[in-house]
Amino acid sequence: MNGYKQLQLPLDAEKIKTLRENDLVLLNGVMYTARDQAHKRIAAAIEKGEPLPFDLVNAAIYYCGPTPAPQGRPIGSCGPTTSGRMDKYAPLLYDRGVSVTIGKGVRNNAVAQAIKRSGAVYMTAIGGAAALYQSKVLSCELIAYADLGCEAVYKLTVKDFPAVVSLL
Amino acid sequence: MKTIDSEQVKTRLTALIKKCLTMPDPAVTNALEYLRTDSPLEAEAARLIAENNKIAERDGAFCCQDTGQAVIFVRMGDEVYCGGLASAIQQAVRDAYSAARKSVADPLTRVNTSDNTPAIVSVQLVPGDEFTISFLAKGAGSENMSKLYMLTPADGTEGIIDAVMNAVECGGRNACPPLVVGVGIGGVTETACVLSKRAVMRPVGERNDRADVAALECELLKRINALGIGVAALGGNATALAVNIETAPTHIGMLPVAVNLQCHSVRHGTLRF
Repeated sequence: MNGYKQLQLPLDAEKIKTLRENDLVLLNGVMYTARDQAHKRIAAAIEKGEPLPFDLVNAAIYYCGPTPAPQGRPIGSCGPTTSGRMDKYAPLLYDRGVSVTIGKGVRNNAVAQAIKRSGAVYMTAIGGAAALYQSKVLSCELIAYADLGCEAVYKLTVKDFPAVVSLL
Repeated sequence: MKTIDSEQVKTRLTALIKKCLTMPDPAVTNALEYLRTDSPLEAEAARLIAENNKIAERDGAFCCQDTGQAVIFVRMGDEVYCGGLASAIQQAVRDAYSAARKSVADPLTRVNTSDNTPAIVSVQLVPGDEFTISFLAKGAGSENMSKLYMLTPADGTEGIIDAVMNAVECGGRNACPPLVVGVGIGGVTETACVLSKRAVMRPVGERNDRADVAALECELLKRINALGIGVAALGGNATALAVNIETAPTHIGMLPVAVNLQCHSVRHGTLRF
């Protein structure tokens, strides 16, 4: 399909203003994986004033727990997980500067309000398209919480990563 | 008495699981590839999923990163003996998931078991020498959206329809549509739940043998696809590919209804011995 909009990460509030709900986008640049247990640790670190695994300002977080990387590949299959499980933590992270979250499914009202007040965005990635997303990842680096396995924080560099603008 | 070699069970089950994890039901891929929709977003999502499934099959890659917890159904005749079966099943899961994601953890400490065991095993005892083992990969995204409704006889068919529609409206957007909706009706609580899971393993497009149940399946599919959730919950007509209902006799004072939402990554298979 034509009509994909190319977007370079990181995205700031100015760039996000140019987006419209239901825009099909291809993301390029850096995003960080984090899911249930990583969110729990990041939230605890914020509360205690401890160092965070990455700079939250204008960061893009991808709700994802990849399969192990096969030989010769930077990452295994890596589709989105259900965003709603991160709703408990998302307002805190948006308020601390995160500008993009990417996952699948619906968000609650508190997250929608946090997105609005911070000029941020939530994007839907296609659930269950993990082998396709694997082919869009150029590099993957483990940066925090190695003991969490697939739930650790990985820094991904992606090219032409398809998503849909869902909340602004 | 028929004797089955558990070593053979282990080898064949390992191979089956590995194949299932890289190749979801071709009927789903086919339905997505030829999906007719007026929504450009839904059409594009369907195209991406079909492309994903082809990449997975071509490269031997996991079609979904959530390779799931292994659910195993054993149908075992009372004239069958298979010494070592329990260990063989767990070892098959351990071996088959060696390259897959380890998605099983202690419910309280969340410490990972590191080998994707234990598999969830349910055994159905039947007369004769039948012996089949089925595997179903169940990911959290869809399993989390499952529901159990303890209705009363007065709720009747209307109550069943309301329950199924409620489950899809509440959880359908998170469960990676297009869905296969499994419905278990009757028995006691766990009967309904097990039936709802067995139901998602029925081939897409096959109806229940009972005419009244088959009619209910068709009615529910029509109503679910009128909700507008669509592929990847981006809006559209293809919210579910099938509604499969299985029933069992229940208590005169009960009407349990379990709804199990299966994502489009339908990964299951059956071995016969």
